[in-house]
Formats: sequence, structure tokens, C-alpha cells
Amino acid sequence: MDKTGEGGIVITKLDDLLNWARLTSLFPMGFGLACCAIEMMGAYASGYDLDRFGIIPRASPRQSDVMIVAGTVTFKMADRVRRLYEQMPEPRYVISMGSCSNCGGPYWEHGYHVVKGVDRIIPVDVYVPGCPPRPEALIGGFLKLQEIIRKETIREPRAVQQIMAKRAQQEQPVADADKGAVS
Amino acid sequence: MNFGELQDFILDKFGAEVILEAKADALQPYLVLQTERLPEVCLELHDNAQTYFDFLSCLTGMDNGPEAGTMEVTYTLYSIPYDHHLTLKVQLPRNSTAEQAIPQVPTVSHIWRTADWHEREVFDMLGIYFKDHPDMRRILCAADWEGHPLRKDYQLQEYYHGIKVPFDQHNELNGFKGEPQWLTSAPTPFSDKREKPA
Repeated sequence: MDKTGEGGIVITKLDDLLNWARLTSLFPMGFGLACCAIEMMGAYASGYDLDRFGIIPRASPRQSDVMIVAGTVTFKMADRVRRLYEQMPEPRYVISMGSCSNCGGPYWEHGYHVVKGVDRIIPVDVYVPGCPPRPEALIGGFLKLQEIIRKETIREPRAVQQIMAKRAQQEQPVADADKGAVS
Repeated sequence: MNFGELQDFILDKFGAEVILEAKADALQPYLVLQTERLPEVCLELHDNAQTYFDFLSCLTGMDNGPEAGTMEVTYTLYSIPYDHHLTLKVQLPRNSTAEQAIPQVPTVSHIWRTADWHEREVFDMLGIYFKDHPDMRRILCAADWEGHPLRKDYQLQEYYHGIKVPFDQHNELNGFKGEPQWLTSAPTPFSDKREKPA
């Protein structure tokens, strides 16, 4: 900025600065459960290079911002997934990667050992469909997550926003109840 | 040795009563043995220089269902130096109700170490107890899981640690907890639809 001689000042909103800092340095937890983790590793590696988005896997839940649930969540693993999520500091985000963690996938009916969707244990921000999703789809999920973070503001944290949205929905009965999609 | 010779070998050593059934014309010929005498027959087959079954290829448990009322354990033996095979089976009552004890088979894990984890898996999936096994615990399911999932009359438990187990139209009843559109959609200054060039 000094080079152009226009003075060393940039004016921005604090919200924009914080959101920019957060969304360009999303550190996921280094953690994979099944075959989706292979695609996730492919996305990390030089071919797709998630590093260019500032996405670098961290070795500890204490240092990570986002958890990628990549693979089949079994009941044996469910307690551990929940524990790892609780160990992450706020603000924290969850990307559910692949059909298994979205809804149980091929195990939805007869898989006695599979949790039918990781959203039964932890809140999910972005669902990435696919079996397994291509690395491009995972990158798409991250871009979605960046859009979520970009709209955040420190005056109204997202947790409060969600409560307000839910209350507004309860006051206004949903018209399309016949579709069966009520939240 | 072929199947007939192996059958004669067992008859010579242990007498006629140890073999309950022999099926030579099956795709994989097998002998059904007395359950309680299984370990001594296996040990002889393993140790004897004529048979030398040094490799337990597979150990399988099977549930024939409540109508048949039986369960089976199949042992597939192989001798690496002689290149011969033998399939042994034991049949046991199913004992499915809670009052009855679960079916029991003597272990062969002291003869072939392979059998250790195989027997644990059969116990986990089918609920067949292997007597004198050094470490008879579940191997795949969680330690506090209820029931044995590969039994024909297995009923899924409703909840596990507070998590609902069956799918049960989950999204229809509880709502799809997807991300709201206004949170994830990117701001698009340009409309997607372009006018067709003339």
C-alpha cells in the first residue's frame, strides 16, 4: 500500500475483518472414518490442494475450527465423534461428507451398526452429497461453509440467529406441511 | 489324503460314534462331529504326521433359523505341505429364549491361534459361546450392545446411548436439519439465465 502512495489505511468493518480471517483459515480436524476419508485426503493433496483455501488439517480438536465427518458413523464411534465435537472450541462447524454420515447411506434400513445420519449426534452446517463425494464436491462444501461464515456478525452470533429463526417459524405455521418437511 | 481316507482315519482313531454325519457328494464334502469331542479330533488332525492340518482357513458360524432350531459352526481345514482339505461341522440347538443358556462349543483356539478372533466374531454376531476360550468378548459391536445381530430373529434395539437406532422416517418426522438457503447461497449479482443470442 505504501508503494502506491495512497497511505497505509484500509477502512473496513470489524465484522468483515473477523469473518475474512475465519473463513480463509479454516482448520479441519485431521479425522476420517471410511472411504470418504480417501477422497478427503485426495482433496488435501497436491492435486486439489485445499491448502490454497487456507484449509490445513490440525492434529487436535482443540486447535480446529471445522470437523469433516468423512465416512460411516458407527454406534461404536458415535460416542467418540460427540466427544471430539465437544472438545472443539467455538466457533465450530461441521461438514457431513458423504451419504453415510448424511443419512446412513446404504445402511439406512438394515445396517444395525450405523447411526442414520451424524445429525442425530451433532449439529451439521453443510451436507456434501455423494458416495463418496469427489474432491470437487468437498471443496464446494467448504465454499458453502465460507458463505455461512461470511454472513456472520459478532453482534448477532449464529446460535442466537438460529433460535430467532426457529421462533419466527413457530409463530408462522408452515404452509407446506403436506410435504412433510417441517423443522 | 482325500475325503474318504480322512474319514477312515478319524474312524480308526476315535471310533464310529464321533462322526454323526458324512456328506461326500456335497460341493464341499463335510463331516458332522460330536460337539464335545471336536477339540481332540482337531488336535489329532493337527498333530498327526499323516494329516498335518496346520492351517485353519476359516471358521464360520451359521444360524439355521427358529424353525430349524439349530446352529452350526463350520471349520475349514487345510494342510499346506500335503495340500489337502477337510471341512468339519458341529450342530447345536439354538437356545434362543432368554431363559435357556446360549449354545456352547469347545474352543479350538489353543490348536490354531487363528480361531481366537474368529470365535470371538461368531460369539459377537451369533451368540455361540466357546468354552475355555481365553478371552470371550465381543470383537466388532460395542461392548454394551444388546443381542447378536446375525441371528435370524434379531430385533434392533430402539436406542443406543440416547441415539435412535432405526431410520423410522427420521427426516419426515423430525424435519430435515439442512442448512437454510439464505445462509449458504452465494450472493449472485448476475442472473443465471442468459438471453439467447439472436
